[in-house]
Amino acid sequence: MKKVYSSASEALDGVLQDGMLIAAGGFGLCGIPELLLQAIKDAGTKNLTFASNNAGVDDFGIGILLQTRQVRKMISSYVGENAEFMRQYLSGELELEFNPQGTLAERMRAGGCGIPGFYTKTGVGTVIAEGKEHKEFDGETYIMERGIVADLSIVKAWKADETGNLVFRKTARNFNPPAAMCGRICVAEVEEIVPLGSLDPDTIHLPGIYVHRLIQGTHEKRIEQRTVRQKEGA
Amino acid sequence: MPWDRNQMAARAAEELEDGMYVNLGIGIPTLVANYVGEKDITLQSENGMLGMGPFPFEGEEDPDLINAGKQTITELRRTSYFDSAQSFGMIRGGKIAAAILGAMEVAENGDLANWMIPGKLVKGMGGAMDLVAGVGRVIVVMDHTNKHGDSKVLKECTLPLTGKGVVDRIITNLGVLDVVEGGLKIVETAEGVSEEEMRAATQAKIV
Repeated sequence: MKKVYSSASEALDGVLQDGMLIAAGGFGLCGIPELLLQAIKDAGTKNLTFASNNAGVDDFGIGILLQTRQVRKMISSYVGENAEFMRQYLSGELELEFNPQGTLAERMRAGGCGIPGFYTKTGVGTVIAEGKEHKEFDGETYIMERGIVADLSIVKAWKADETGNLVFRKTARNFNPPAAMCGRICVAEVEEIVPLGSLDPDTIHLPGIYVHRLIQGTHEKRIEQRTVRQKEGA
Repeated sequence: MPWDRNQMAARAAEELEDGMYVNLGIGIPTLVANYVGEKDITLQSENGMLGMGPFPFEGEEDPDLINAGKQTITELRRTSYFDSAQSFGMIRGGKIAAAILGAMEVAENGDLANWMIPGKLVKGMGGAMDLVAGVGRVIVVMDHTNKHGDSKVLKECTLPLTGKGVVDRIITNLGVLDVVEGGLKIVETAEGVSEEEMRAATQAKIV
């Protein structure tokens, strides 16, 4: 089965539907599927729910879909860097479900592994626990969280082969593997598609079984907080 | 004299022991890294890294290499990378020995509030709820009172909680307190700060 497509728009053709749940990889602006997000903007798909740790900034990442009012709901752990997000949220146009970061990651991983729910201590005794099943194990209280199965996953990796085996780079891995795993369909964008056999099978981070469609493209890779130190004696 | 930010960070660094894997929060906790000295400490960044290095030199920033505060950083010879599910697996699984983090309020029973002020802009809890529920030891570093002079060390938290009964030790500009059965216990005070001054600045019960 051919997985490699020529553009982000082509890779998403026939996949996008109004009202769908999309799991997106990335942390802040690091390792986000920027080409696929742009293609979703171009496609004009509406009423989307995103499970994504963050919501981008005003003009990059998921932020570009907030500008066009394509997002109805966010499932995120931290959304601090986006003025348009806050405006829509405070005016009631945008729904927001806060998940603790590790709970969100595990919900995606579990969903992809056929695990419909799991118990965690995270959030016990906080607003996060309200309305959730509580259960005691070995004298400690846990709450039940549900696995997420997304209609579509969009992720970004560093390298792929044409069968969809993925290799990530440094901290750009972040939510990409769990997001990829939880989608009924997963589309990945990479910086380079390398010839079959040139990736060492022992160093593949995410096996191609999770990846259904694939594109290669050029990434802006914007830095959110540029922090540096001075060279000694300079 | 109460401790300044750097003295609080230096005191917090004394909590760390050789061989520990540790997660540092944003603000004063970040400064703790400057005071670990010769101790063999591995810093975790919850976006998927163990062995976090210092900021890069100008021109060597890598957009694929950031910390949980989204700042550009560097790797060390010991560094390993992993995904967010595994990162919080090691946090939830109790593999991280300690987290040092800031707080808005701490209560005498170890309740912690540091993510939300009702009526104000809420940015989210990020990984804070997972960290305080999962790591071996939770150490709070914060000013003892807020800018109005009100105690941040309370009988009960007034803000929405990040975790219930999770704090082990509180390091403030006035000294160090432990959460114990029945309240807080003074471990030490900053040089020149009396126990009476610390009690006066503390709303929580000191036993």
